[in-house]
Formats: sequence, C-alpha cells, structure tokens
Amino acid sequence: MATPALPSDRRTIAPTDSSTPAIVFDNVSIAFDENVVLDGVSFHLPRGETKALFGVAGSGKSTILKLTLGLLPPDSGRIHLLGEEVTRMSEQELFELRRRVGIVFQESALFDSLTVRENVAFRLMEEGISEEEIEGRVREALRFVELEQTLDMFPSELSGGMRRRVAIARAIITQPEVILYDSPTGGLDPVTSNTIIELIVKQRDVYKTSALLVTQRLQDAFTMATHQFDPNRGQMIALPKGEHCDVPMSFLVLRDGKVIFDGDGHHLATSRDPYIREYIS
Amino acid sequence: MALELELISPIDIAKDMVRAVQEYTLLAAQSLANLFRKPLYMGDMLQQADLIGFGSLPIVVLTGLSIGALLALNSANTLQRFGGITLIGQLVSLGMVTELGPLITGLMVAGRNASGMASELGSMIVTEQIDAMRALGTDPSKKLVTPRVGATCFMLFFLTIIADLLGLAGGWAVAHLIFGLDSNQYWTSAWEILVFRDVFTGLVKPVLFGFIIATVGCHYGMTTRGGTQGVGRSTTQAVVASSVLILVVDFFVTKLIFALLGYR
Repeated sequence: MATPALPSDRRTIAPTDSSTPAIVFDNVSIAFDENVVLDGVSFHLPRGETKALFGVAGSGKSTILKLTLGLLPPDSGRIHLLGEEVTRMSEQELFELRRRVGIVFQESALFDSLTVRENVAFRLMEEGISEEEIEGRVREALRFVELEQTLDMFPSELSGGMRRRVAIARAIITQPEVILYDSPTGGLDPVTSNTIIELIVKQRDVYKTSALLVTQRLQDAFTMATHQFDPNRGQMIALPKGEHCDVPMSFLVLRDGKVIFDGDGHHLATSRDPYIREYIS
Repeated sequence: MALELELISPIDIAKDMVRAVQEYTLLAAQSLANLFRKPLYMGDMLQQADLIGFGSLPIVVLTGLSIGALLALNSANTLQRFGGITLIGQLVSLGMVTELGPLITGLMVAGRNASGMASELGSMIVTEQIDAMRALGTDPSKKLVTPRVGATCFMLFFLTIIADLLGLAGGWAVAHLIFGLDSNQYWTSAWEILVFRDVFTGLVKPVLFGFIIATVGCHYGMTTRGGTQGVGRSTTQAVVASSVLILVVDFFVTKLIFALLGYR
C-alpha cells in the first residue's frame, strides 16, 4: 500500500551520545500486591532498533512501557531512557524527558473532550508554538496517517482504527527519539492493521526511530522483520530472505515475569525452547 | 455462585485512610504551589470559571431567594408575637451574610461541581488519559487541578455575594408583601446591623469552601480505581466528603473568627 508524503524531519538532536542505547532495563522487578509481574528483567534497545515484546496477557508487556516512561516506579532495578536514569528522576524532571518520547496507548487514550486537531497538537500547544506552525504540523502529521479529513472531529466519532492512527499522529508530531507502541493493532481488521504496521515501519526506516512494540500478533512483528520501507516508492516492500538480518528489528519474549528470549527473528523462529515453539506455532 | 467475603484487617483500613489523607494533602498543597509556577493555564481557568460560576448561577439564584424568603417567613410569626417584626431585616441580613449564604451556596456548588470534577477526572484516569497527559510531558495537577481550584475559589466568592443579596431580596419580599413592613425600614435595619466582622466572616468562608470543593472533587477523581463503577463511587464520595468537610470547617472557622475578632 502506498502511503502519503513524509513529514519533514524536525527532530531535536539528542544531547546524549547516539551510541548510548535508547532504553536499558537492568534487573527490573515490580509486583502489584502479591502478584509479581516482572522479576529481574534486563534488556537493552539500541538506537534505531524496534523491539517487539511478546508474552501472554498479564505477562507485564504494557508495564514495561509504563516503567520506561516513569509512569510507574519499579520495586527494584534501574531503567535508563536516552541515557537518563528514569528510576532516579523526580516527576518534574521526567516531564522534560518524556517530551523526547512518543507513546501510543492500547486504547489510544485520546482526550475525548478535544478534537482530533487539538489532540494531535497537544504537545505543540504546551510548548507555546505559534498557531500557524501548529496548523501546518498537525495537517502534516495527520496526512502521514491519512486522516487529514478528521481535523475537526471528536475521538468518539472515529472508528477504533482511526483512533489508533490519530494516536500515532500525536506520538510522532514532535519526531521523538523513541516511540512506545502498546498493541497498536489489537482488535483491528487485517487491512487497518497492515496500514498501522506500515506506518510503524516507515517511522523506523525513514526516521531511524527507536521503538518498543507490544503486540499479541506475531504476524505483525514478522512482517516488520521481513519488510523495509522504500521512500522512493512510498510503500513497504518485502526483502529477499538473505537480507532479513539487515532490518533493525529484534524480539523479546516474557514468561512468568522473566525474559526467556531476546534476539532476532531468525533465532526466534529456530528456537528449540518448547514454550517459544508452542507460542509461535 | 458462592459469595466470597474477604475480611480486611483494621490495620489495612487505617493505613488506607492515612494514605488517602496524605494524598489529599499533597494534592491540595501542590494545587496551591502551582499558582506560583509556570505555566499557568489561564485559558483552562477561565473555562472552568465559566462552567463552575455561570453554570451554577441558576441554582444559586433559586436557593438564595428561597432561603431568604423562608427565613423571613419562619421567623416573622415569632417576631410578631413579641412586637419585633421590624427586626426581620436584621435577622435575615445577619443569617444570610454570616452563615446561610456561604453555607448553602457551598453545599449547592459541592453537589454540582465536586461530583462533576470527580467524574470527569475519574473517567480520564480509567481511560488512561491522565497517563497520556503525563506521557506527553504535561503535569496533570497543573493542567487539571489548579485551574479548577482557582476557578472554584474565585467564583464561589461572587456566587455567595449574589446568594446573600438575593436572600435579602427574598426576605424583603416576604416582609413587605406578606407582613406589610416598610421597605425602607427593612433595608435600613438589614444594612445597619452588619459590622466588619460579619462581612469578613461571610467572605472568607466561600474561599475556603471553594478550595474544599475543588480539592476534594479532584482528589476523588484522580484516585479513581475500578472502571466505570469506580467513577460512580468517586462521584458519590466526592459530594459526601466535600459536604461534610464544608459543615465541619464552617463550624471551626466561625468559632475561630469569633475568637479572633470577638463576639457580638
């Protein structure tokens, strides 16, 4: 599917060293009451890479995203985001850091009393950017997700897939260095899912944005691992088998609060772990 | 299906209560501190002032008039028996300005707006909109709580003045139209009885009540748990807690002002 023109690159240059991993989890644990959700989880996400998080419902995938942004504090362990130690920062300091990160929530979490225009422009309005510039950038971001016609609509007037795409537009409008996607294709039809996956691949390949992607749909993650966005054709293309390793994509599987796999698609597909084999079959 | 009852230890209940008081105190203190920190969301504050102030005007007008008229009606018979019908203006004036005006307006606005704030913020919590706001780098206490607190304190002050005036007008209507009291006599006695302490008491209370209504409403909204049922629970609790707190604070504030400025 051909996708529309790309928004111009306005990404702020990160003050941190670009060789620093975008995200580092070091022995992170968290429990809710008696229920241990994450137990000594460690992994890192290199810059420019997308890591797909798998695991059964309740395995702590969404919790990892919230921990990454400091929306939840871990019980133990350390988390680094863009070189900053999230676990040692105050809420006020975190507000600054979060401006360099985008997130797409599972249920979109659009502000239901604001229009699509106001939702997408939220971050820009907070930064005090001029009305004309906001208008241009909002249209550009919405064109990117093919929803320019919904500018004055409210979230309740949109379908589930459209809401997710608006949430993506809201996340990418400032061209963040890291994007966190929480089940962006959950509950959507295959055509809409494919559109969203293509947008994520485009963001990864054109802007080299680092991303954590929580998903239950293996096929989405494998599509991302075997396809690349071609800016000249304006669409996602399948790569020949030998070139899959060039795609900046990795996989992480959680089970009982622990990481049981962290590697590329080839190693995941050929894993001999019985749980993983059953999971991907 | 067997009904399972889970017993909660008194220590856990006490811990929850202490935690709730701690969270409320933090939210209330932060909402005030935010007034001195940028950005100050003036647009949001004006929008809330419109919703809280102008939105509550009809109910405040109605209750102000009714309370003043009822006060005059109920006390007129007793005053007439002792030949003191001319004192009716004083009675309505003192009652409305020092006590009934602020209290009734506070309770009415609590019923209307503490519930509105708790349900609005509670819905935002359960649909992850508050998390989204934090994730977008915006402090929800600055963007959502402080404008509501500022707007409620400001607007309740003026709503109370309106309620006081309409209460006096309601009292005049009863005294003049039913008991035939001279208008001039009514308004003169109503005006002359008031001293600085009475007006001060009547104008300090709405600011405190406004603070209670907004902080309690926002606290219950921001601590909502358990989906739509939780939103309903928060809404009810916000109205009950803010109303009870207004009544308790009213007693102590009155007592404190009496102690500081002297009894009549």
